[in-house]
Amino acid sequence: MSGVDLESINAAFRDFVPHNRALGLEVTGASFEPATATLRLPYDARFAGNPDSGVLHGGVITTLLDACSGASVYFKLQAPTPIATLDLRIDYLKPATPGRDVFARAECFHVTRNVAFVRAVAYHDTPEAPIAVGNATFALSTKGRPVTESDLSFSGSTP
Amino acid sequence: MSTALAKIAEARKSGDWMALLDWVPYLRFLGITLENRDGVLTGRMRYAEHLVGNPTLPALHGGTLGALLEAACQFEVLYRAESAVLPKTITLTIDYLRSAKPQDVLVRARIVKQGRRVVTAHATAWQENEEKPVASATVHLLVMA
Repeated sequence: MSGVDLESINAAFRDFVPHNRALGLEVTGASFEPATATLRLPYDARFAGNPDSGVLHGGVITTLLDACSGASVYFKLQAPTPIATLDLRIDYLKPATPGRDVFARAECFHVTRNVAFVRAVAYHDTPEAPIAVGNATFALSTKGRPVTESDLSFSGSTP
Repeated sequence: MSTALAKIAEARKSGDWMALLDWVPYLRFLGITLENRDGVLTGRMRYAEHLVGNPTLPALHGGTLGALLEAACQFEVLYRAESAVLPKTITLTIDYLRSAKPQDVLVRARIVKQGRRVVTAHATAWQENEEKPVASATVHLLVMA
């Protein structure tokens, strides 16, 4: 996509975040308007839930959707605001096919001063044929603390 | 019988749930262990650098907590409930309550409702203090083919 430097995004997203690096997650697409992120999880037998079938564990799909959802919030805010996942709800529609990479696409479709709202989908070929779908909300400017009264009066300016 | 079901039957007989957990590659990757004390299963995700999702705080990756909570619910269902098939997660809803420090995370699950087709389970994860959970989750599992 034009205007998006995937190399520097991956430097921040993958190289800087140990768990994303351990999974081999890669940002393969991003846009600001609408605010979307696309991630690739390369197939790895170490992430299987059943070593016989090689089907990926649901937990790694959860992580993929969480990471992708968070990335879409950054593209919505276009500022390095600290965020924290408040909740994440996932429907598992079908198992991932063993041996195949899994992609995720997330869109941050709404943002207020304190909260960002995201929907996300995990798939092999197209988002129209989903493996799992998710909805997530994120608290903005949290710095990892529980949200306090002072957060609720946050002005929304970039820190 | 699939290997998975044979492994489950073995664990039910021997009480060695750690052997079953160790058989799952992804749970080994996360460094999850399981202890059965007086019939209560408690899981533990051992801290390791590769679990970190926010290196500036630092904090564990939220996805790893979700995986831990889901796995705890699955093992609780295998342990408590009769299931002729591998319980399959239908939905998972995670609440993130506090940022998880770069330390071990403990987890415990309970069955909320055992149905014929669907079991509902709830899990709570904490670090130093069980009264201050870092995350919790509700999972609906399909226990019928």
